[in-house]
Amino acid sequence: MSNNLTKEPPQDEAVVTLIKPARKRISGKSLLSFPYTLWMGAFIIIPLIMIVYYGITADDGGFTLANIKLISEPIYQKALWLSLKLSFISTIICLLIAYPLALILKGMKLKSNSFIVLIMILPMWMNFMLRTIAWLNILERNGIINTVLKALNLPRINVINTPTAIVIGMVYNFLPFMILPIYNSLAKIDDDVINAARDLGANNLTTLRKIIFPLSLPGVISGITMVFVPSLTTFVISNVLGGSKINLIGNLIEQKFQQENNWNAGSGLSLVLMIFILISMTVIAKYDKEGDSTNVW
Amino acid sequence: MVKKIGKYFYIGLVALFLYAPILVLIVLSFNSSRSRSKWGGFTLDWYKKLFQNQEIMQALYTTLIIAFLSALIATIIGTLASIGINNMKKVPRTIMIGITNIPMLNADIVTGLSLMILFVALKMNLGFQTVLISHITFNIPYVILSVMPRLRQTNRNTYEAALDLGASPIRAFFKVVMPDIRPGILSGFLLAFTMSLDDFIITHFTRGTVVNTLSTKIYGQIRKSISPEWYALSTLLFLSVLILLIIINRRNDKIQKERA
Repeated sequence: MSNNLTKEPPQDEAVVTLIKPARKRISGKSLLSFPYTLWMGAFIIIPLIMIVYYGITADDGGFTLANIKLISEPIYQKALWLSLKLSFISTIICLLIAYPLALILKGMKLKSNSFIVLIMILPMWMNFMLRTIAWLNILERNGIINTVLKALNLPRINVINTPTAIVIGMVYNFLPFMILPIYNSLAKIDDDVINAARDLGANNLTTLRKIIFPLSLPGVISGITMVFVPSLTTFVISNVLGGSKINLIGNLIEQKFQQENNWNAGSGLSLVLMIFILISMTVIAKYDKEGDSTNVW
Repeated sequence: MVKKIGKYFYIGLVALFLYAPILVLIVLSFNSSRSRSKWGGFTLDWYKKLFQNQEIMQALYTTLIIAFLSALIATIIGTLASIGINNMKKVPRTIMIGITNIPMLNADIVTGLSLMILFVALKMNLGFQTVLISHITFNIPYVILSVMPRLRQTNRNTYEAALDLGASPIRAFFKVVMPDIRPGILSGFLLAFTMSLDDFIITHFTRGTVVNTLSTKIYGQIRKSISPEWYALSTLLFLSVLILLIIINRRNDKIQKERA
């Protein structure tokens, strides 16, 4: 301050001393992330390295690709294929339900924290296991749907322990993760842009196809990843709603670790799973630069 | 008009799908019959029995303690980390944010298994402490995600000004930066708390055999029959979440009004 008051231009030295402490402050502040760096190194990076290590070694510690090649055996191939199929179907259903809903919510010009948006994400905060068990009550042989059908003298339906039940569970559990990012990206679109398209003669469908959808794409991509990855890797939903006969790849990995105690095989299969996750991560990193997807409050 | 009714109908339909299972749990919690498909009359017995059920109460206690501690520790580490990352140069910042994204995008099953492998390799007994460490690990990113945007909005000059006026860095932080980022810290804490409450998969792999949270406890009962106390608990949990979200909603509303 006092330097500016004097008429002489400040000496170089004075400038240096003025700037230096500021630089020191900044580097000192970045040290604050040190505990975090340490924590993530110990509990994220090292564990991942270890699972890779187990995946590419045999019991005796020698290098092998056998654990990864396990995936080519029919039982694992079948499970992976079924997982991909069911999670793909669930993702599409979620998208088909969520996109129109998000469009309607946007059209209502709600505030970001409006009650209706709250209602849509509230079930997400209910305990995951309890929500899944609720569906067990609804779908099982003597469950709610079949009780109602029986009262109406209609034949029972057998949904429980089928892939359909698993898809219902996936859609139900992960739908809010599709609604939210799509709604967030739609809410950001400037109404002027949409009005401009209309003024230039575009009808509703053209506006949706050429303006609204492309601008909401980051939200759609986040939503797809946030539904697809947990669906692909679940073992809980398939266990509760699919019974013991239907195995997804997640179930087989869980069994390898918890029942057979074969960590190498389990890790090898996990690595195969991680390839699909990595693809999703690359895609999301490309589109979702602002972290909309997880901005839930 | 027809269009408007159609829109509300669609919203109602999705809401019905989202709330039907929760409604089922709530109704069953008042059902005096033990059967899941017969209505035996209204009762509050299951609520009484819930509070007498030692096992469920113990699991609830463990769940809450782990959620609170993991959220608290994650909030401290995460807030410090956000300040640090925010002051980094571009390349290290990108790397740090990339690492932060790993546990959020990675499958829970892989996160859980890899942590279990680490704990066993370190010869740690799987139990309360390993579950706590795991929950802190997946909670920190949510805190960073809530605090970072707030930090970016704050004016750096005010902090520098406080220092120039003679405040110590710590005092300047608490008097100048903290009030700006406090909503982000609070959201981060609540988000971490709820994520921890909700977790099953990572707890499942890191809990060993002794410790049970609500999620792992009920998972163990699925093959047998689920006792109706669980429905009472679900109802109470749902109400708590509802009230919590309404409070947060009101608070955000107030903040937005103040800004406007």
